[in-house]
Amino acid sequence: MDPLSWGAILAQMLLQFTPVWIALAVTLGISRAYKRRLGLYGKLYDSGIGIAGFTLVMFWVYTAVFANMIITHEPLTVISGMKNALPGSPMPDGHEGYGYYLLGGDNLARDVFSRMVMGAREVLKIAPAATLFAFMVGITLGLPAGYFGGFLDTALSFIANLVLAFPVILLFYLLVTPEIVATGIPTYMAAVLFLFPIAFLVVLWNARFFTQPMVRNIYVGLTLALGLWLYSGLAFNADPLGVVSMPPNVLIVFVSVVFVNAPTVFRIVRGIVLDIKTRDYVAAGQTRGEGPWYIMLWEILPNARGPLIVDFCLRIGYTTILLGTLGFFGLGVSPESPDWGSTINEGRRLLSIYPHPALPPAFALMSLVLGLNLLADGLREESLKD
Amino acid sequence: MAFFILRRVGVMLLTSLCLTFIVFFLTNLEPNLEKLAKTQGNARMTDAEVTSWLDRNGYAQPMVLRYGEWLGVLPGWTREAEDGTVTGRCIHGTVTAETAPRFCGILQLDFGQSTVFREEVSSIIGTRLGLTGILMFWVMVVMVPSALIIGVLAGMREGSRTDRALSTFSIATTATPEYVSGVIFITVFASSAVGLKWFKGSAASAMDGVTFENFTLPVLTMALYGMGYIARMTRASMAEVMTAQYIRTARLKGVSFPNIVVKHALRNALIAPFTVIMLQFPWLLTGVVIVETLFNYKGFGWTLVQAASNNDIELLLSCSVVAVFVVLVTQLISDIGYVYLNPRIRMA
Repeated sequence: MDPLSWGAILAQMLLQFTPVWIALAVTLGISRAYKRRLGLYGKLYDSGIGIAGFTLVMFWVYTAVFANMIITHEPLTVISGMKNALPGSPMPDGHEGYGYYLLGGDNLARDVFSRMVMGAREVLKIAPAATLFAFMVGITLGLPAGYFGGFLDTALSFIANLVLAFPVILLFYLLVTPEIVATGIPTYMAAVLFLFPIAFLVVLWNARFFTQPMVRNIYVGLTLALGLWLYSGLAFNADPLGVVSMPPNVLIVFVSVVFVNAPTVFRIVRGIVLDIKTRDYVAAGQTRGEGPWYIMLWEILPNARGPLIVDFCLRIGYTTILLGTLGFFGLGVSPESPDWGSTINEGRRLLSIYPHPALPPAFALMSLVLGLNLLADGLREESLKD
Repeated sequence: MAFFILRRVGVMLLTSLCLTFIVFFLTNLEPNLEKLAKTQGNARMTDAEVTSWLDRNGYAQPMVLRYGEWLGVLPGWTREAEDGTVTGRCIHGTVTAETAPRFCGILQLDFGQSTVFREEVSSIIGTRLGLTGILMFWVMVVMVPSALIIGVLAGMREGSRTDRALSTFSIATTATPEYVSGVIFITVFASSAVGLKWFKGSAASAMDGVTFENFTLPVLTMALYGMGYIARMTRASMAEVMTAQYIRTARLKGVSFPNIVVKHALRNALIAPFTVIMLQFPWLLTGVVIVETLFNYKGFGWTLVQAASNNDIELLLSCSVVAVFVVLVTQLISDIGYVYLNPRIRMA
């Protein structure tokens, strides 16, 4: 068989992404039709930048979801004779399955295209979840720090500044090593950090429903049961049912990314709370006799959602960059992993002779982060309008 | 003002004390010391031999004591072997037991010995920082003026086509971390297979002499990522200033648009970016590590990677002292500078 031309490669790739195109068309079509009823998300469809960003992000989300249907080869399969093969190279004779390496082969003769697609899944498994956890930690600590002020604020701000003054890269090098994993420090950090989402939800339900003990008990009970079950599995790998678990090297990456991001979220939340707590509706709530946690979680937090949603999008992008940095230095995730940072790291060694293994993950990472930044920009613009 | 600076310096000292202790703690954990013993002594040491090696080299003391010794507030350990030879923390190289000082920590400017490079840490850090300083200088020369120009051009007419184009450009640069843009630049400009072959893909020769050919790509790679953020801040600040009352007054008086921008708006619009530029230094540190690794430029970032991956405790500690120092000093300068530049803030 002859190698494919660049046009043919492009056509084949577009074809492989068919499930993504269908899902994108459905999502955008339906959302556009009902955009007037969809609140802030619907208003996104009025801004060109926002819709471009949203499309890019959803492209990668759907790629991660349908990765199994898109890939042409298994991301870890090595096919002899395909080492550093150029894009569009045909398979050696007598091979079953897909006939080409669409974007060529890497240094270990694996398919670059399939690894890039699977990399989307690796990245999108960690980045949004880690950002969410960082937000839970930042909000749970930032609300009382801004609202109560005083010693609590001073102490928490000092700790936050301490973490922020730490060069990120040094922290990663110190935390994400096999020796540190052996001491169990990541597990302790996970044990502390993973408590915050549970604490956040429990306080949230309690503040809302403490006048109706029955409802409160149901909500808090459910949260505790579910939360502690996940907690035992994620932090200690000791899930009694054996369903939830997190490999130690993913856990350490996850924990350090949350740890790096949480102080910034804390500072943002604290700043917003300092601003909002001088408003009249907070004073009205205090006069009505609402408790401090009710005011923080049900009066201040909903009013702070605009900047927080925008920052959430930006921060997912930043977390993606951080994960890439970790991969680039070969820290944490296993070397076999198809995540984009590690793939770029592997590809850069032979960059001047064979650039094709490093470029696809580089462009993938760039487009995802660009999408998130554009989305955040669009959201900011639309949320400022009203 | 004096009290403000004094308080900031106090907090800064406390912060650096905490941070260095954290680094000290993490580098001196049990498994790290064991690894150090095995790399320094013999890879096939038994556990008992490891323990005795650590004991001989002063690692068996409690961590807080050793931190004090490293800091230079506690006297360094000394130890007399059975045959009468004296070893100690302060005894290395040409220093003998008789001439050795009692204290030798970073307060005495004794940074210790690197176990990987077999050299004084202070001389390593000195040369490497010099090399990184050259890189940083050129990055700043490229990054700051172009970021400010982009920001001012975009912000002076908010919502115009120029604004849209430049804003999208700056968003795109913030979405391109160094390891992505570096890979793309090397492929396009330096790859021997495809590409233009204008520049070199490695900056190793730049350590002897900087040329346009070997230094363009690393500088460009680093400048690009930081540029977008500064440009966006400048744009926001400029756009805000352009809606101010005094700008409208100037327009109504009939001052020409270029004059308004340069003489009236620019000064006030540059207050916010100043802070951002100063706070950009810590971010540049991560960039330095990535770019120096990617382009094989043996500066401070490269040294940090070597120290961290080989668990070179003394070198890593000194690297973090430098890094933390840079971060804290830039924070201090940005705070003080902000107060000086902004006449609306008066310190009581």
